[in-house]
Amino acid sequence: MSDVSNQAKPQIYLDHAATTPVDPIVLERMIPYFGSTFGNPSSWHGYGRAALHAVDAARDKIASLIGAKPAEIYFTSCGTESDNWALRGAVRQSNKPVKHIVTTAIEHPAILDTCSDLEKQGVEVTYVGVDNSGIVSVDAIKEAIKSNTAIVSVMTANNEIGSIQPIAEIGDYCRDEGIYFHTDAVQAAESENLNVNDLNVDMLSLSAHKFHGPKGIGILYIRSGVKLGRIITGGHQERGQRAGTTNTPLIVGMAEALAIAVEKREEYVMRISKLRDYFIDRALSEVPYSRLNGGRIKRLPNNANLSFEYIEGESLLMMLDNKGIAVSSGSACASGSLEPSHVILALKVPPEIAHGSVRFSLGRDTKKEEIDYVIDALKASVERLRVISPLFNVEKGTGHYV
Amino acid sequence: MYNKKVLDVFANPKNVGSMPDANGVGTAGNASCGDIMKVYLKIEDDVIKDASFETFGCAAAIASSSVATEMIKGLTTSQAEAIKNSEVVEVLEGLPPQKIHCSVLAEEAIHAALSDYKCKRKETE
Repeated sequence: MSDVSNQAKPQIYLDHAATTPVDPIVLERMIPYFGSTFGNPSSWHGYGRAALHAVDAARDKIASLIGAKPAEIYFTSCGTESDNWALRGAVRQSNKPVKHIVTTAIEHPAILDTCSDLEKQGVEVTYVGVDNSGIVSVDAIKEAIKSNTAIVSVMTANNEIGSIQPIAEIGDYCRDEGIYFHTDAVQAAESENLNVNDLNVDMLSLSAHKFHGPKGIGILYIRSGVKLGRIITGGHQERGQRAGTTNTPLIVGMAEALAIAVEKREEYVMRISKLRDYFIDRALSEVPYSRLNGGRIKRLPNNANLSFEYIEGESLLMMLDNKGIAVSSGSACASGSLEPSHVILALKVPPEIAHGSVRFSLGRDTKKEEIDYVIDALKASVERLRVISPLFNVEKGTGHYV
Repeated sequence: MYNKKVLDVFANPKNVGSMPDANGVGTAGNASCGDIMKVYLKIEDDVIKDASFETFGCAAAIASSSVATEMIKGLTTSQAEAIKNSEVVEVLEGLPPQKIHCSVLAEEAIHAALSDYKCKRKETE
């Protein structure tokens, strides 16, 4: 069958929470470090010094953008590695006979899977729940802390529903109690002001590809004085704390990307939150039996996570993909597990409705015309899938879960 | 990831919708697990004259429903009963490992519809 339309399928990318394209300026800045300035920053000769100079400048830049000292920035391969290091490093450093971690039920798998691995090694973990907006309560975190707590780890903003956590308040309490506090800020760097002093954090994870930087590079900020065990052993890179050849081009790219994100932040947040609200308002009013997962305030400005009742999220994802729209889904089918998203379930959304959840994450370049097209495509796709669904009666326009 | 065949079948599924004059209806799966398949059969002289489906589920579940209902049209009830999920997977030219259960669901829904037909026939005999 050939496509009768001569019009090219549009390409609308609404999955910026998964990853973002590299900013052309960032790419341009990186290129010399793959070629002419290819030296190993650990080498003593001129090639090495030239590369080291670029790494030092990038470290200084990142540090100043998050209110840290350059010596507190450690480059890693990604956000997942940074999260692993924070948790495993704190557990290894703790002198308690049984070590305890406090975290939340809605963390990224980089935290949750690491916690479950540590549990197998005898570490205790408390997973604190969230309210139906996806926000954890500071008091609940306080109550979960015990005398053997080695680290508290709470994400700055959730990757699925964009809920923003009370990091500064939790950090303030942890500091008084003398307990290490880590935040996975991977989703938050583009829109939130991440000053490590305002946030009262001891450790903070970032990943460059979430803010138009390259994949394969992240940082762990570690406040000076905080002692963490090493998890990547080998050479003496990163002041002996994280081995592995220093990745000059990606480090340069990460610093440039963060600088651009910070520079554009105010304008980005204003524009994208309006566009996102426009999308949510139209979707909720024009698609029957749709609901927003999570609250409307304390939410990343580019995130909209919606459930469409009586249909399943992955099939909606695939149908939108057919129309040139890229989104992601919290359905079991999209994740490869049998359970729907642990985040949507933590909001006390029933599993059958959690299966119908789809995340739309807007980006720097998302336009209103694109959102209008998405709304039309969404209405048509949901309607089509409800025709296919046994749970929805098209004639009556109502559905029920059997 | 889905192959092109699965994507094509999902984009243009056959036999979608309920069947008012069906004499065998069967359901498999449940909503909290994320997939329900309902198969409608019209059987005359032990031959499946028509088959249709309604499915709540992922693209693989919808594609499996389309292929399975297409496969059993024209078969005798005992031939249809012998249909295995692997044959559905074969027609789809493969499914990702975590999606094989969607083809199993199609097999189960067909079996449920066939036994519904047999039950009803016994009642009328």
